[in-house]
Amino acid sequence: MTPPNDATSPRVATGEREAILARVRRALAEPTDPRVRHPATHSTGYSAVLPPVRPTVSDRLDVFRERAEALKASLICPPTVEAAAQTLAALADDFDWTRLAVHSHPLVEQATAGIRLPRLTTDRGYAPTDLEQCDAAVTACDALIAQTGSVLLTAASAGGRALSVLPPHHVVVATIDQLLPDLPAAYALLEERYRQDWPSFATFITGPSRTGDIERILVLGAHGPRQLTILLIGQP
Amino acid sequence: MKSIALQQFDRATADTAADGLRRDFVRTALAGYYNVRGATQAMYADYPAARDTAAEIKWRALENLGDYLVEFERKLLSRGVHVHWAADAESARNYVLAVLKRRGARLVVKSKTMTSEEIHLNEAMERAGYAVVESDLGELIVQLNHEPPYHFVFPSMHLKRGEIKSIFDRSIGRLDSDDPQALTMAARRELRMKYLQADVGISGANFGIAELGAIAITENEGNSRLTCAMPKVHIALMGIEKIIPRLADLALLQPMLATCGTGQLLTCYNSLYTAPRRAGEPDGPEEMHVVLLDNRRTHILADPQLRDSLRCIRCGACLNVCPIFKNIGGHSYGVTYQGPIGAVIEPNLRDIGKFGHLSYASSLCGACTETCPVKIDLHHHLLRNRAAAARAAKDPAERWLMQAFGFVMRRPWLLSWIGKVMRLFDRVAAPLQGTRVDPFAAWRSSRTLPKTPRHTFKDWWKTRQ
Repeated sequence: MTPPNDATSPRVATGEREAILARVRRALAEPTDPRVRHPATHSTGYSAVLPPVRPTVSDRLDVFRERAEALKASLICPPTVEAAAQTLAALADDFDWTRLAVHSHPLVEQATAGIRLPRLTTDRGYAPTDLEQCDAAVTACDALIAQTGSVLLTAASAGGRALSVLPPHHVVVATIDQLLPDLPAAYALLEERYRQDWPSFATFITGPSRTGDIERILVLGAHGPRQLTILLIGQP
Repeated sequence: MKSIALQQFDRATADTAADGLRRDFVRTALAGYYNVRGATQAMYADYPAARDTAAEIKWRALENLGDYLVEFERKLLSRGVHVHWAADAESARNYVLAVLKRRGARLVVKSKTMTSEEIHLNEAMERAGYAVVESDLGELIVQLNHEPPYHFVFPSMHLKRGEIKSIFDRSIGRLDSDDPQALTMAARRELRMKYLQADVGISGANFGIAELGAIAITENEGNSRLTCAMPKVHIALMGIEKIIPRLADLALLQPMLATCGTGQLLTCYNSLYTAPRRAGEPDGPEEMHVVLLDNRRTHILADPQLRDSLRCIRCGACLNVCPIFKNIGGHSYGVTYQGPIGAVIEPNLRDIGKFGHLSYASSLCGACTETCPVKIDLHHHLLRNRAAAARAAKDPAERWLMQAFGFVMRRPWLLSWIGKVMRLFDRVAAPLQGTRVDPFAAWRSSRTLPKTPRHTFKDWWKTRQ
C-alpha cells in the first residue's frame, strides 16, 4: 500500500494540513456569539425524541411490518428455517430465477437448500460481470430495525459490498431475535460487535432502491434492487 | 457598477419569474414534499426536541472542529485510507487528477457530491481527457443537459418528463415513452455496465465520524453504493464542516436529514465506509482517499455569528419553503448552493462585494429558520450579510442613504418637515411613476410607494386635546 500523502500528491500536503488546522484553531479562539448559540439543552437520549417503538417483541414486529409495507418491501414470516427454505424455493420458481448469488453463512445455506440453480458465492471470489448476471441475491444481516423498517448489514455479515445491491432482487434472511427496536439500538449493536475490527462497509437498507428525480414520482429499482424480500424466521 | 454576477442574477430572475408555467410546475412538485414531510415529522416522539438535540450535536462538532478533524484523520490513516487536506478548490482538483493519472484511469463514475460542483471537478477531469459519468438520476439528467443542478437535493426538479425524454433521446438513444418508470429504467440500463467498467468512483460524504474515522453517505438509488463498491479506487470529497463527534449521532442526524430532505423517515441506503477492501472481504476498492476541503470555510468559521451556518447538513428544506426560491428558481442564484443557505454561505465562500446581492434574494419571512432541522438562524444571517455587503460596497449610495436616514430620525423637526414635503411630492410622484423622468424608475417601475398619511400622529393628537 502506498503511504498516505505520498509523492503523487501535487503539493506538500502537510503544509496545507497545518495551515487549515491553524486557521480552524485561530477562528475558534473567539467564542461563538451568544445571540446565535442556543444554550445547550439537556438531552434525554435520541430514543426519547425519535418515533417511539414499544418494548415488547410483538409490538416491534407490528411496527416493522407496517414500515416495511409502507416502503414496498415484502416481509414473510416463516416459523422455521425449513419453512423459509420452502418459501424461498417457491419464490425462485415464481420469479423464474436462473442464477442465484449467495455468501457462505449457515442461515443462508439452510434457507437456500431447496433451490437447485447455478449459484455464485461471493466470498469465494467472484467476477463482477457474473454477479451482474444473477437474478437474485440471498444474504444474512446484522439486525432489523422496527422503527424504520430497515435491514442493517456489513461487508462482514452479508458477503461484501456488491452482493446486496447489484442483483435486481435482494432476499434477506433473519431471525426474530435480530429485530431491534430503533436506530440508537442498531448503532449500539454495530459498536459492540465490531469495535475490535471494523468491516470496511456497513449499510442500513430501508426498502428497495428508489428515486423521485423525475417529477417527484416514485420509481423503484433506480440502480439497486427493484425488490427487497425479508424472510423473518421465528415467532415473537 | 453592478458586478457581472449581479447583472446575470437580474436577468435570470426576471426571466424565471416571468415563466408562470415553470413556477407552477415547481410549486406542484414541492406540494407533495410538504404533505409527506408533515406526516413524517408527526411520527417523532418529540420533533421540537429532536431539532434542539440535532442542533446541539452540530454545535459541539463545530466548536471542537480542530480536535475532531485530527481524530478523524488519525483513525482513517490507521486503516490505510489516504487523507488529503485541500486548502482550496485547485488543491482538491489537482489531488484527484494526480490519483487518476497514477492509476491510469479512463472512466470515472460519480455519485452525487455538491463539493465536486463547488470545485468544478467534472470540467477539470474532462479537460484532462477522462470520461466522467454522473450516476445519480437527477445529476445524470442535468449533466446530459449541460447545466448545473437546479436544487442541491433535487437536481432536475425543474424538468418535465417530456424534456427529460428528449435529453435522453439526444444522448443515450431514442425511447418509446416519457413515463418516469421508463426513463428511470433507461438510465439504469445506461449505467449498469459503467459501474463495472469505471476505474475510479468519486463520492461525497454527508457526515464524517471523528470517533470512528468513517464517512457516512445517504442516498436512495443505490448508485452511490455501486460507485463505492465496484471501481478499484474510491475518492470521497468532504467539506471540513461535515465532521460529527460520534457514530451514535447518526441515529438522530440521518432521520432528520431524510425527514427534512425528502420527507422520508430514513432514506433507502445509509452507508458507512471505514477503509478500502480489507483482508477477507470479497470486494471493495483497493484504495480509498478522503479529500478534506477548506475552500474558505475557515473564513466563515472565524466569524463568531456566521459560523452558525457551517452546521448545515444540506437537507435542502430551506429551499423548499422559500418563497423567493419558488419564484426565481435554482439557476438564477448562479452559484453551487441555492436558496437561503446558499445566500448565506456563498457570498462568504466567494466575495461579498460581488455576491452580496444574493442576501437580498429573501423576503426575510423566516420560513427557512423555522424549518431548519439544526436551527440555523438563516434569515438573521441574511441581514448580517446585507450589512457586510453594504460596508464592502464601492458604491457609497446605500451608505449615504442610511446615514441620511439616521440624521433625519434623530431630529423630529426635520422629520416632520420632510413629511410635509412628501405630501406635496405624492401629488406629482404618482403620475410620474416608472416613467423616464422618475428618478427612482428602476425601483418604482414595478412597485408603488405607500401614500404619506394626510395628517401626522402629532397633528391628530393636537386636535384631540
